[in-house]
Amino acid sequence: MFGLEKKDLNLLIIVALLTMLAPFILNPFPTDSALAQFNAGYPDLMQRFVIYGIFAIGFNILFGLTGYLSFGHAAFLGVGSYSAVWMFKLLSMNVLPALVLSVIIAGAFSWLIGFISLRRTGIYFSILTLAFAQMSFALAYSVLTPITNGETGLQITLDDPRILGMSATADGSIPVTNIFGLEMRAATDLVIGPWSFTFSVGYYLCALVMLVAFYLSIRIFRSPFGMMLRAIKSNQTRMNYTGLNPKPYTLAAFVISGMYAGLAGGLLACMDPLAGAERMQWTASGEVVLMTILGGAGTLIGPVLGAGMIKYFENIFSKINEATLHSWFDVLPDPMENGLVWVLEHFVGAGWHLTLGVIFMLVVTFLPGGLVEGGQRIGRLFNRTKAAKDDESAATKPAE
Amino acid sequence: MDAILLQIFNGLDKGSAYALIALGLTLIFGTLGVVNFAHGALFMIGAFCSVTLQRLLTLSHETLDPTKLDFLGNPSKIKTPYIVEWFGADAGNTIIDWSVPLAILFAIPIMLAIGYVMERGLIKHFYKRPHADQILVTFGLAIVLQELVKHYYGANPIQTPAPDALSGVMQILPGVVYPAWRVVYFCFSLAIIGGVFAFLQFTTFGMVVRAGMADRETVGLLGIDIDRRFTLMFGIAASVAGLAGVMYGPINAPNYHMGMDFLVLSFVVVVVGGMGSLPGAVLAGFLLGILESFASMREIITLIPGINQIIIYLVAIVILLVRPRGLMGRKGVME
Repeated sequence: MFGLEKKDLNLLIIVALLTMLAPFILNPFPTDSALAQFNAGYPDLMQRFVIYGIFAIGFNILFGLTGYLSFGHAAFLGVGSYSAVWMFKLLSMNVLPALVLSVIIAGAFSWLIGFISLRRTGIYFSILTLAFAQMSFALAYSVLTPITNGETGLQITLDDPRILGMSATADGSIPVTNIFGLEMRAATDLVIGPWSFTFSVGYYLCALVMLVAFYLSIRIFRSPFGMMLRAIKSNQTRMNYTGLNPKPYTLAAFVISGMYAGLAGGLLACMDPLAGAERMQWTASGEVVLMTILGGAGTLIGPVLGAGMIKYFENIFSKINEATLHSWFDVLPDPMENGLVWVLEHFVGAGWHLTLGVIFMLVVTFLPGGLVEGGQRIGRLFNRTKAAKDDESAATKPAE
Repeated sequence: MDAILLQIFNGLDKGSAYALIALGLTLIFGTLGVVNFAHGALFMIGAFCSVTLQRLLTLSHETLDPTKLDFLGNPSKIKTPYIVEWFGADAGNTIIDWSVPLAILFAIPIMLAIGYVMERGLIKHFYKRPHADQILVTFGLAIVLQELVKHYYGANPIQTPAPDALSGVMQILPGVVYPAWRVVYFCFSLAIIGGVFAFLQFTTFGMVVRAGMADRETVGLLGIDIDRRFTLMFGIAASVAGLAGVMYGPINAPNYHMGMDFLVLSFVVVVVGGMGSLPGAVLAGFLLGILESFASMREIITLIPGINQIIIYLVAIVILLVRPRGLMGRKGVME
């Protein structure tokens, strides 16, 4: 089905189920229980899970397949956001034209940057992309203020033209983003006993877009084009000798991943119609690198996992404070409790970046394949005993 | 004419910070072949060394003064630093006043130790891994260091004032006055750069290190433990960054993300100068500093708005495209 192999189809179905049922899965604790702070099933956060998932999927097409480490992808995210907000200002509050424009503009922008940056490889490429992103950030912050509204960030106002829509609603407020009349922030609550689940239009739109993006990335991974990209990663010189020019393939991968980033930026603007320059800062580029590596670069599901993990940490871990920790370890004797809390309080609350940095270092050092490789290793650990019993001679090793 | 002179001074001054950081980065890259994204964090730690020393020196105990009352009617508390108590008011206050220059002595052993631990504990395991992995793990380390500093020192900038004698202005040329501390910073950086070059050029140790940079394997075959020397070079590079940070405190109050701000720029500097070339890094540092300060002149900004923000990146892009090895890069290094 969909031109996928059985294994990939299963993966797609699993991801589809997970995203569609996310409001249930992420809300396992009753609303007023003590563990409710671990619930992540509110629309705002779920939207960010899938949007950054899209961003990381796109980044993975470049980094995971071709091995080119770009440190400037946030620039495309920012450009996508700006173009979407401009669409809301000029055309209408419908998200569809905004998304289309943000993908196109980000694609054009990434073609420009990619065309220049891809003349160099390795660390030079990383630094060129970093330089471009910092330049865009600096420009968006200062000179391009008429387009980007500088420090304040681009917002929609009451006196925007909105040719196809209306400048203000009947009661004089700013109209909200919608898709053919269905408001993004509309949500229904489902209350079952002590549990409460929220289903929002915005989340499901993002989730659908992410599924399409994920499907496309599977197709790219399995296509001859994807094979070419892998060839670039493994040995570009050899590829040259066989008479293939790697440049157009790398550029295509760069533009595709830039368009993914633009799509993510556009979706961010659809959920909350404002765009600021800080979205383009290089720390934001660093974040998507973290997500991809943490999940597993070069794997299909890895970037989505990584994005989910990091956004979950960001929102849940940063809410825990010292008092919460004390209440958890109440049962321990006092000196032990205090010691444990002293250690742990570095890692929670405002210190969640520390947790992120430590985990990231551990992953890069010991588990270069990210969470996916970790999962595979654990899986192999359990399977080994079974496999050993079956028949060892039957195992075949692929030739290198 | 004065305006141009002033811009050149501004540029040399900005450039000296870039040059110092880029020098350390290049030292690490040239010896160990590691791309160190945590170098900015080392710069920041250096700045916080002087914050720490300042706090240590001003440790004080409180005494009650019954003759004066505070606004609540209680006897007011007077803080006396221990230093003042031990050395007397004059000498004590002078020591506190000179805490930033004193922090140089304080920072060198700390930075050497940090560099040593970092190299032996982490970087050592990444020599055989691709450059992307090195970038990633040092990037992670930079986040960790930055967050630790933020946790203990807070997110706000902390003032580390220059000594009174050096905090005013100085007449450098007839008719041109300039902040004294910036002149000090420039001279200091020249001294450090000169020191590093002299160390590499005129000592036996430096000779071995240079030989190792040229051909590590042969030096190893000659029975020299080159790894140990390279570890020490990492420590030296860390202290160069740290000292740059210590002295930078009075110019810009240290905050936890100052390293990240400098890191991107100093990488650009290294690339422009040529990966692995020490003179290139220094030259590019000063050149880019001067370019940046000329670009921030009012006449030029009105001509091309925003140019001061992007000039360095623009130059870097042009250089990378037309002269991929950088200004003074050697053949065969990172190509």
